[in-house]
Amino acid sequence: MSNIGSYDERAKNFSWQIAEKELGWKPGDVINIGWYCTDRICQQGKGSKVALYWEGHAGAEKTFTYNDIRLATNTIGAFLRGLGLKDGERICLFMDKIPELYLGFLGILKIGAIAQPLFSAFGDESLFVRLSNAETSAVITQKKHAPKVRKILEKLPHVRHIILVDHDGASPLKDREVAFSLEKAAAVERLDIHPTKAESPSVLHYTSGTTGMPKGVKHVHSSLISQYLTAKWALDLREDDIYWCTADPGWVTGTSYGIIAPFALGVTQGVMDAGFSAEAWYKFIEKRRVTMWYSAPTAIRSLMKAGDEIVKKFDLSSLRHLASVGEPLNSEAVVWSEKVFGKPFYDTYWQTETGCIVISNYPGMEVRAGSMGKPFPGITGTVLDPVKNEPYTTHGKIGLVGLKFDWPSRMRTYWNNEEAFQKKFRNGWYITGDRSKLDADGYFWFAGRDDDIINTAGHLVSPFEVESALLEHPAVAESAVVSKPDPINLEVVKAFVALKPGFTASQDLDLDIMNFIRKKLSPLAMPQEIEFVPSLPKTRSGKIMRRILHAKEWGEEIGDTSTLEND
Amino acid sequence: MALEGLKDTVLNYVTKEYLEDDSETLTYDTPLISGGIVDSFSMVSLKRFLENKYAIQIPDDKATPEAFDSVNKIATLVEEFVAKKG
Repeated sequence: MSNIGSYDERAKNFSWQIAEKELGWKPGDVINIGWYCTDRICQQGKGSKVALYWEGHAGAEKTFTYNDIRLATNTIGAFLRGLGLKDGERICLFMDKIPELYLGFLGILKIGAIAQPLFSAFGDESLFVRLSNAETSAVITQKKHAPKVRKILEKLPHVRHIILVDHDGASPLKDREVAFSLEKAAAVERLDIHPTKAESPSVLHYTSGTTGMPKGVKHVHSSLISQYLTAKWALDLREDDIYWCTADPGWVTGTSYGIIAPFALGVTQGVMDAGFSAEAWYKFIEKRRVTMWYSAPTAIRSLMKAGDEIVKKFDLSSLRHLASVGEPLNSEAVVWSEKVFGKPFYDTYWQTETGCIVISNYPGMEVRAGSMGKPFPGITGTVLDPVKNEPYTTHGKIGLVGLKFDWPSRMRTYWNNEEAFQKKFRNGWYITGDRSKLDADGYFWFAGRDDDIINTAGHLVSPFEVESALLEHPAVAESAVVSKPDPINLEVVKAFVALKPGFTASQDLDLDIMNFIRKKLSPLAMPQEIEFVPSLPKTRSGKIMRRILHAKEWGEEIGDTSTLEND
Repeated sequence: MALEGLKDTVLNYVTKEYLEDDSETLTYDTPLISGGIVDSFSMVSLKRFLENKYAIQIPDDKATPEAFDSVNKIATLVEEFVAKKG
């Protein structure tokens, strides 16, 4: 029997109080995610239970019990306070998937500061834009990533501290840098947890926008309520599970379901900080006896590409439940996983702004391969007519995914950008930016994005941000960036580039531009294909018509070109 | 084409383009993909470099994380395609 039991019954009798009661919380009480994920579990007598199995490169391994993570997060919290960092300040985590990332996140929350995790592969420009927008006070990072922070530090007056978690003394600390070693620091038994309330800010994740720079999605401590219950019902997480969420906490899945939910549920989880290889992944499942595996379609397609034979080399019989997030899970992947693992991946749908799973396939409910599933109990979702902004009255029509924005883990605003936040609503519905249709039984079926945002391997990339960065390359006169279909990553970035006079298209220039973007923004944003063109299609008012280039890449109808400049 | 210095060429390129920390050093056997130095997206630009430099085409099914996991492995792969080219 699954945790959710009957989806229909749950939907009929739903209240978030179910989670509140289980968490022993009522409105008005203090709610601190850091405490709930560590101290509370220890108070339940589970201090000696393993919280985290961590494996890094070259055979490195560490194991932490719940008492270990309680002490470690206290120690980090005390260290941050000792630096003068206070509640409400933004503290960035810019690290690989090392234990300090997970523990630092909770340590930050314990002192009431706001955790700002950023993907460690971000280039210096991506980092600058996000740290500058958040007016971040401190950055916790590793020696290997520190050069990117140093490069932009002069332009970041708000950053008071750069905390290096692996400083080995080989070279002296630089401006504003301070060393912290979790292993060497004296464990702090007791830390005064900041008395955060339901609406106290907790996490700031950045997400890409179509026309503007990245936006900081502000979450609050009561997000715990829906993260806890969705992990229990949609992911079917159980106390005796060995759970593996493959997402990086630089992105929202890695925090909501890679830190907050599993630890709040007192589950043992595994983390592998190593590059992707099918063999290494299967080995990890076998060795750790993983029971619940939450991954992404790109990873699943990469495993499919590695073939069926390699699966047979490993004992994966521990797997009990599989789920997926980040981009639409194609039906082939569901069928394949049933064939090789004996169970399907259950697709879940949500986004940075929702903070938790909002539409999902549930254990015990029929999985319709390729479908996003149904709204989580208590969450109202629909498909809106994009013209009238009202729910379609008949099923089967493609429209905008709209949600009633009223569950605990929804974002509260975009950081310093309330105007952009308000634009996300139409006629009382929160618009996710995705298009979908509903079938007669209420299942949602993904139909694509409603904007130009590129979803590559489950991560959103803004064409605007890539185009802006391209303009900084000395050879680029103008550019247009669109998505291009990709069998593994769903979409990848493609750039159409017109060169400045004096520059000639060549293989070397192509590679130079790719690397320029990779280092400036991130490997995800790097165009995997660059097409040099004499000019770009524009409207008569001079606006680049990305739509035409996108249609060309996807083999779609170009549509109305009446405003095209060269018609 | 002479492949003299192939390993050093690849090693120098990876060091220059992908290593963030100057104090780290790479060897021919340092794990690049599984060691987190080159991710799957960055592998595309490394593949492009090899193709440009050695005038070869490496099919996607040969450009696997395993085949790109060290300078030694990359050199073996490049040599295979250079030899095929004749």
